[in-house]
Amino acid sequence: MKQTIAVIDYNAGNVQSVMFALEKFEIDAILTDDHKIISTADKVLFPGVGEASTTMKFLKDRGLDTLIPSLQQPVLGICLGLQLLCTHSEENDTTCLGILPVQVKRFIPHNGLKVPHMGWNQIHLTENHWISNELKNQYVYFVHSYYAELNEYAIGITDYGIKFASIIQKDNFYATQFHLEKSGPIGLKILESFLNLKH
Amino acid sequence: MLAKRIIACLDIKDGRTVKGINFLELRDAGDPVELGKLYSEQGIDELVFLDITATHEKRKTLSALARSVAKNINIPFTIGGGVSSLEDAQILLESGADKISINSAAVKNPEIIDQLALEFGSQFVVLAVDGRLVNESWEVYIAGGRIATGIKMFDWVRQAQERGAGEILFTSMNHDGVKNGFAIDATRRISESLSIPVIASGGAGNKEHFAEVFTNGKADAGLAASIFHYKEIEIHDLKSYLSKLGIPIRL
Repeated sequence: MKQTIAVIDYNAGNVQSVMFALEKFEIDAILTDDHKIISTADKVLFPGVGEASTTMKFLKDRGLDTLIPSLQQPVLGICLGLQLLCTHSEENDTTCLGILPVQVKRFIPHNGLKVPHMGWNQIHLTENHWISNELKNQYVYFVHSYYAELNEYAIGITDYGIKFASIIQKDNFYATQFHLEKSGPIGLKILESFLNLKH
Repeated sequence: MLAKRIIACLDIKDGRTVKGINFLELRDAGDPVELGKLYSEQGIDELVFLDITATHEKRKTLSALARSVAKNINIPFTIGGGVSSLEDAQILLESGADKISINSAAVKNPEIIDQLALEFGSQFVVLAVDGRLVNESWEVYIAGGRIATGIKMFDWVRQAQERGAGEILFTSMNHDGVKNGFAIDATRRISESLSIPVIASGGAGNKEHFAEVFTNGKADAGLAASIFHYKEIEIHDLKSYLSKLGIPIRL
């Protein structure tokens, strides 16, 4: 039987690209904010482009702020999705979902460092993770002005003036700061690794 | 380390690529999606689709193009050419575009930059500027380079950043089509005076020109069209050349 992937619909920009990426796999993907569909899906994707405080408000209005932390199946946060899984974001001083005990900070432009961090950068993988080692040091596509600080759950680290957590995993919560739906074949391999996780 | 980006630009009219592109491996070189896909497989980092259609059907064909690109190619892309309202931008975002570029509309009504950035985020807004060096002063041109505005280019790009543009696409009209190298000094001046990324466009004729714009020009990305379309430079060769020089490149 095909597995069901619920993609959390919260008015995020460019969720269409995530849906298109999922079409490449033999799965059923549903864009939804329905609690029942989300809690019973085999896996959940939490993508996003947007602003932290507006998005948190949107999640609260729909009760998704209590649903997401309670999920038991593998959940994958992408970009803003990763940041919202953390404790707090400097973006408009936003309290986030608190699933990952991690602070989200703003990049400070200095020494010619451009903000947003936009373009292809490398992921340096730690040992024992769910992503194939062949993807070590590969380039993936980033667009963001805020970053998750290094932490004990970081399994991917990226260097942009400072080192930050570009892939995080804690229990059933997985997250990538980069857009795997925009990262060419490498991004699709990482998405495939997530879809292949055994629950 | 963040890689320098190589960007290919495709001119689109009525949903088709213009200029006599000659690709033997493509069934239909006029199909922008097929060409974009080929570039993506060859390692291009990003694509820009610049629409030059001037009919009222434009909005529909552009959103269909964005949708088709997003569905078939999974690298970032920008759509530009005649985007002049929040509605235009909204439709393109929903169709799957990663960024839109605005040019003349922003010069005529600079507040649209603020509105777009507020509504969709700075990362979605590329300010395209066509500059021409006249009497030792860089001036902004609009309407595809036909109309001089009298606006000083360096002031304009700074204002665009302050209003919320997330990236600058700078085309030097003095260098465009000449294949004699990018406008190095002006690119460097923009890059050093701003905190957002700068794409250099106009003048690429060989691999050395890209190396120069990334080192001396301090550009974050280099854009070209015809040299890729006519295969004067193969994307993979260009990228391995730059990488051997120690420039950070995604291979």
